[in-house]
Amino acid sequence: MIRLHDITKIYPMGKRELTVLRGINLNIEKGELVAIMGPSGSGKSTMLNLIGCLDTPTSGSYYLEDREVSRLSSGELAQVRARKIGFVFQTFNLLPRLSALANVELGMRYAGGVDRQRAMAALTRVGLSDRVNHRPTELSGGEQQRVAIARALVKNPPLLLADEPTGNLDSRSGGEIISILTSLHAEQGITLVMITHDTNIAHHCQRIINFKDGQVVTEETV
Amino acid sequence: MKKWFEPLTTAWVGVITHKLRSSLTILGIVIGVAAVIALMSIGRGASAQILSRIEGMGSDLITISPGASSFGGVRSAAGSVQTLSQEDAEAIAQQVAYISTVAPTYSTSLQVVVGGENMNSRVTGVPPEYQEIQKLEIASGSFFSDYEYQRGAKVVVLGSNVKETLFGETSPIGQQIRMGTNIVRVIGVLESKDGFMGASPDDTILIPLTAMQQMVAQPRTSQGDRIVSSIVLTVSDEEQTEYVVDKITGLLRDRHRLGPNLDDDFRILSIQEISETVSEATGTMTLLLGAIAAISLLVGGIGVMNIMLVSVLERTREIGIRKALGARERDIWAQFLIEAAFLTLAGGIIGVITGWLVSYFVSRTGLVTTIVSADIVILAVSVSVGIGLFFGFYPAWNASRLNPIDALRAE
Repeated sequence: MIRLHDITKIYPMGKRELTVLRGINLNIEKGELVAIMGPSGSGKSTMLNLIGCLDTPTSGSYYLEDREVSRLSSGELAQVRARKIGFVFQTFNLLPRLSALANVELGMRYAGGVDRQRAMAALTRVGLSDRVNHRPTELSGGEQQRVAIARALVKNPPLLLADEPTGNLDSRSGGEIISILTSLHAEQGITLVMITHDTNIAHHCQRIINFKDGQVVTEETV
Repeated sequence: MKKWFEPLTTAWVGVITHKLRSSLTILGIVIGVAAVIALMSIGRGASAQILSRIEGMGSDLITISPGASSFGGVRSAAGSVQTLSQEDAEAIAQQVAYISTVAPTYSTSLQVVVGGENMNSRVTGVPPEYQEIQKLEIASGSFFSDYEYQRGAKVVVLGSNVKETLFGETSPIGQQIRMGTNIVRVIGVLESKDGFMGASPDDTILIPLTAMQQMVAQPRTSQGDRIVSSIVLTVSDEEQTEYVVDKITGLLRDRHRLGPNLDDDFRILSIQEISETVSEATGTMTLLLGAIAAISLLVGGIGVMNIMLVSVLERTREIGIRKALGARERDIWAQFLIEAAFLTLAGGIIGVITGWLVSYFVSRTGLVTTIVSADIVILAVSVSVGIGLFFGFYPAWNASRLNPIDALRAE
């Protein structure tokens, strides 16, 4: 599913350069459930952005479903994001002026077109069938994150990326989010890559990848 | 939902979620478009009014009057010389094609007395064809006939102001008035008519030229021709006005023995030429008004750009989210461009209605009539949408170029 080969990422910082990723080699198989852990600034978010085609590596190659995507144009990358990848962010990133339903429909907007019934089904799947017309400000943090998950999965992407999905939630809502994500993986065979600081959550996953200073230091299978 | 419909809904949501800001932007366009429509329609209405007044004189009319002549470098003022003669009029009638009627006129000022009323009036001797040439309407009585003309009958037709001064409300028909040393009989009164080029017929007394010649001594030129004040004529084919004017110019220069170095000693004015000149001038005025109004439209357009730039800045995070969900650059670009076009189209439509109302109320005051024509409306609306696209282009392009990661981090 995902093959990263000798990936580096260097950001120009004025005259100096900031090396964030130093030669990452990583394979993730279809249907895997992977946790990425590591201290802040270790480069794990940058790598997740690369995997999610939001960014391109400075060098190295990235194959997503056997297609080299590290050298695609921004338009082609947008198409890959639209069809293949669902994102769940720490800060939810819902559009505040749209209802829960409209936010979920936005997930299909650039992926072939809006289908209201599928959007309703996705909201039902995350247990929010009674909150469809509420705006994000009228929902709790846990509910907002569930809307975000519905938005990510409504287009049936093969790959779901989550960047600290429980980071802004209390432990109870966080637990609900994790159980929704793991059950999605279990029932639909979706590939799920998740950044987390919580070792309890990481132990729900099949594999834990530890990051430090832009490199993979250890990989452990749970 | 249909796919083409989605960008429109997105733009609509963008507009209605910022009601105050959107309405201020729209207001800028409304004022611009309304100003263009109101000013252009007033300009067009006014010029149509002026033109219809001129053409009321008869677009087939040509007037020849004595002009400045210069002898030995001394130029006399126009009209102060007497260069046109009755023989000139006869020669024109005989030798120039496309002319239907020619009438020489001779005007002088005479003391007119009726009972206790006494006034100094302009008296013009004319042939009976003069009525048709000048399109004079008779209010009461009749114009003099060919027979009365031939025998030099001392009958007169009064202009409406003259009748008012001398007779007030009483009917003058059949009354006798003293004019200089002669007694004449009133046989008709003219309808009031706007004057153009020279005095209004309202202030004139018309008398057969033959009678005039018995009453006052008509001066003669050095060749012995009888001098006239002006020659009026109508052309049979308005398309040929220019040809007729050229021919008359040549003929009169010949008859007046003007060498190639001498200026014309007469002036030829055709209503057609005048109305062309006037419509050109009023057209320029209308354009000028439109241009002034267009400046306010431009200012409104810059307002749209301003708002769109702010809107892009404020919605950076939204752009990042959309990009993460797979929006391409052109999706974002189209979204903001459509939003800008939406604002200006709405402004354009409201502006058309406002401008139309303004010109309607201007018409109602009776000062000027206004003409709101379709071409102005179409122009104003398409210009306002064009402005939206033009001034929305840069902000939309800015938005589309945002890096998704940076955009997502924005607060």
